[in-house]
Amino acid sequence: MVTAAVILASEGANPLLPNWWEVLVTAVAFAVLLFVVKKFIAPTFEKSYTDRVEAIEGGIEKAEEAQAEANALLEQYKAQLMDARTEANSIRETARAEGAQILADLKAKAAEESARITAQAQVQIESERVAAVNSLRTEVGTLATSLAGKIVGEALNDDARSNRVVDRFLADLEAQSNAGVSK
Amino acid sequence: MTAFALPMASNDGGFVPPTISDTHLPDILPWMAEYGTGLGKQMIMVILSVVLITVFFKVAIRNPKLVPGRVQFFAEGFYSFARNTVGRDIMGEKNFRPWIPLLFSVFLFVLLNNIFGAIPLLQLPSFSHAGSAYAIALIIYFTWIAVGVQKHGIRYFKLAVVPTGVPGWILPLLVPLEIISNFIVRPLTHSLRLMATMLAGHMIVVLAGSGAQYLIMEQDSILLNATGVAVIAGSVAMYFLELLIMVLQAFVFTLLTAIYIQGSLDADAH
Repeated sequence: MVTAAVILASEGANPLLPNWWEVLVTAVAFAVLLFVVKKFIAPTFEKSYTDRVEAIEGGIEKAEEAQAEANALLEQYKAQLMDARTEANSIRETARAEGAQILADLKAKAAEESARITAQAQVQIESERVAAVNSLRTEVGTLATSLAGKIVGEALNDDARSNRVVDRFLADLEAQSNAGVSK
Repeated sequence: MTAFALPMASNDGGFVPPTISDTHLPDILPWMAEYGTGLGKQMIMVILSVVLITVFFKVAIRNPKLVPGRVQFFAEGFYSFARNTVGRDIMGEKNFRPWIPLLFSVFLFVLLNNIFGAIPLLQLPSFSHAGSAYAIALIIYFTWIAVGVQKHGIRYFKLAVVPTGVPGWILPLLVPLEIISNFIVRPLTHSLRLMATMLAGHMIVVLAGSGAQYLIMEQDSILLNATGVAVIAGSVAMYFLELLIMVLQAFVFTLLTAIYIQGSLDADAH
């Protein structure tokens, strides 16, 4: 406080009067600062700004690209799906047609087979019937002869005669049945 | 000054209010030499500010990242304030780029030197000394004149002082006014605005400090001691007001720098 009073008394310090050393130091210090900022600090900041802008714009661009790609893929998938659908339809149609064809073939084959089996059976039946008729003819003849012989009491041992009688009887029988059938 | 002295100042140990000279501490090199004869605290602080700004920003953007970290984000805040808020908004998209380093330097230089006034122990806003304010205002004064001459040639001085669109008979009155306003008053107000606000803030701090010290240490009455505590409490509020003014003045100084340079670039537009 005393010093202040002394200075006040001696100089009457005027706040507007500069200390020229301070002017010099400030000017030089500011020039140095400006140089450093211009040379080192501002370029780094500007580069950082530019990089960031680029990164953001690049990111947007990349996103747009990805979007476009995704759209293209979607279109492609849709087209593929459509193709697949058409193809599936045609395959189904073909299959249906083929199935019908196969069914018809099978039906025809089955009919043929059944006809064949029927024919075969008929042939067999006919032959068996003939065999049965022949065997019956013999046996019935014998039985009837012996029965008639027993009843008549006369030996009809003459085979030739008895056979004739039997044959005649059977022929009559046959003629009767044929007439019955035709009637 | 004595008008401010308290009634008991008539005593032997009466209160002597601080004066401007209290901001003029004895120089450091040579030690305790009379103020103004060597390297003083204020000059060391100015140099310190340059070192601090350089070191901080070099470290903060030593390894710049696309997604900034905390320190880089903080540093970029200052840069983009000077670049966008002051530079681009005042000077326009077309002109501002070459002036970013100057605006950034001015802003940080003034801001930090002002803030020094709010840091305990340093507690001296460098620009409360007129010399520093004159120096930086002069640099900017010569800069915008040089910009004008470079852009428009010698015709710049005519553009700067002869307003267009006024009747011829009024020019003899207007031109001297424009000369005074643009080339004499402008640099003075530019520097003195900064110096005066910083000095006033500093004087309040000094006054509060010395007043509180006087009231508490040198008075016997407990009531006056309590008043000293009240002075300290009040000075805390003043401290925050000063802090606001320090930042605001740095902004205003930078803003005016941008406006002056912009005015020179576009001298033919108005």
